Amino acid sequence: MIDAGDTAWMLVSTGLVLFMTPGLAFFYGGMVRAKNVLGMLMQNFFAMGLLAIVWVAIAFSLAFGNFGDGGFIGNLDFAWMRDVNESVGPEAFALSIPFVLFCAYQMTFAVITPALITGATADRLKFSAYAVFIALWLVLVYAPVAHWVFGGGWLAELGALDFAGGAVVHINAGAAALAMVLVLGRRRGWPREGMHPHSLPLTLLGTGILWFGWFGFNAGSALSADGIAAQALMNTFLAASAGMLGWLFVERVKDGKPTTLGAASGAVAGLVAITPCAGFVGGMSPIAIGLAAGVLCVLAIQLKYRLGYDDSLDVIGVHLVGGLVGALLLGLFADSAVNEAVTDEGLFLGGGLSLLWFQLVASVVTLAFSFVVSLLIAKVVDLVVGLRVTPSEEDEGLDFTQHAETAYSFGSTGSMDRLR
Amino acid sequence: MKLVTAIIKPHKLDDVKEALRKAGLHGMTVDEVKGFGRQGGKTEIYRGAEYVVDLLPKVRVETVVPDDLADQVADIMVAAGRTGNIGDGKVWITTVDKVIRIRTGELGDEAL
Repeated sequence: MIDAGDTAWMLVSTGLVLFMTPGLAFFYGGMVRAKNVLGMLMQNFFAMGLLAIVWVAIAFSLAFGNFGDGGFIGNLDFAWMRDVNESVGPEAFALSIPFVLFCAYQMTFAVITPALITGATADRLKFSAYAVFIALWLVLVYAPVAHWVFGGGWLAELGALDFAGGAVVHINAGAAALAMVLVLGRRRGWPREGMHPHSLPLTLLGTGILWFGWFGFNAGSALSADGIAAQALMNTFLAASAGMLGWLFVERVKDGKPTTLGAASGAVAGLVAITPCAGFVGGMSPIAIGLAAGVLCVLAIQLKYRLGYDDSLDVIGVHLVGGLVGALLLGLFADSAVNEAVTDEGLFLGGGLSLLWFQLVASVVTLAFSFVVSLLIAKVVDLVVGLRVTPSEEDEGLDFTQHAETAYSFGSTGSMDRLR
Repeated sequence: MKLVTAIIKPHKLDDVKEALRKAGLHGMTVDEVKGFGRQGGKTEIYRGAEYVVDLLPKVRVETVVPDDLADQVADIMVAAGRTGNIGDGKVWITTVDKVIRIRTGELGDEAL
């Protein structure tokens, strides 16, 4: 039966999560150079355009068809929005909200997950190649992984837990980012040339929007307006706060100054790590999880300089590493008193090692699957469309070469005559 | 006629402008420039990556004055632009061959 309270909360949550994509656009947009900021904003906004359509056309059905089958992928039962309407949907889902709202809520996840990858490919990915890549990726990578975990597939049946998408969203996108940067190669001049953020105020604004929207992402994943949603919201808040403190502490010790970019990055790292845990832990656990993520992610982002891959805005360092931290720590902190869906409690709650093992399996399998399939998609798109802009286009910037626009026209000298 | 040019710290512009105006100077041209001298650069840190910013923002003040006023104007600029710290900038004087006022066509000191 449809519950008015649950439905109201999920309508709001859907809006909250959708708002994260523009938030992500500004978070990333501030970190690129001024000549590429529109390219970055466009890639993120375009995800809201393209992926919504791909989602209802086929990807939703591949993720959530055959719900609870313990299998690898869904079916085409809900493709083209067949039977996706105002009813509660099939019994297996046990929803108290309209099925079409469930589809819309999950759609906002499908939009932001591929968009996360844009941080790694910044400044050099051709727009047409990006469009083809994310559409294929949503169908071939996101939909299956979402089925394994959210759709009652084999990882859910195994006993792995993922409240709001630590594996489905963050490990998944992080592994794809790693595959993409390996195929795409480094930006011209990296790491020798200075490529520092052009507008940290934009990045901080984006961080605030992400933090705000994340309440819908995590508390909304309860799919109802209840105590678990409230617990998830509190956990989300505390993990972001602790993530910020952890990152800033390391920065202060290592580099001498606490930075605004560090505060923003630490909060996001904490948010990433709490995502799989949000509705399964309680008390002071989210603070430990956030703190661990903040400290480990700020150390992880230095890896790219050691290993020589150009993960431009640290998608691997923050989302892959943060997602792994959250997924694995859930094996320590999961608490059945918080959520009765926790059948194997975490190690610290006296539940032994079984949950930690399931979490490790789910993380490694997701990472490996996403990396391999993303690598294949990237190679194919590179052969057919070409992933990279030309060197001269890269020097000139994505804004003008991909979109024929300029973000900031401050100078009043020079002239602009209308052609047509 | 002499062109007096000063490169100063941006936040000293108001002091220099005010001092020159009090001395009865008629006009000046100001622009925002970047550069370095003995001060060298400064270091910024983004996610642990250190960047040396070697060109620092400065302000260039230029004014053309009659020969006999040049030293006085330069002294005013030096006094008003000084903080005593490294990076205060420089003032120099160069000779100008000809000046024409566009509106009237006046030449030389008349045009100043």
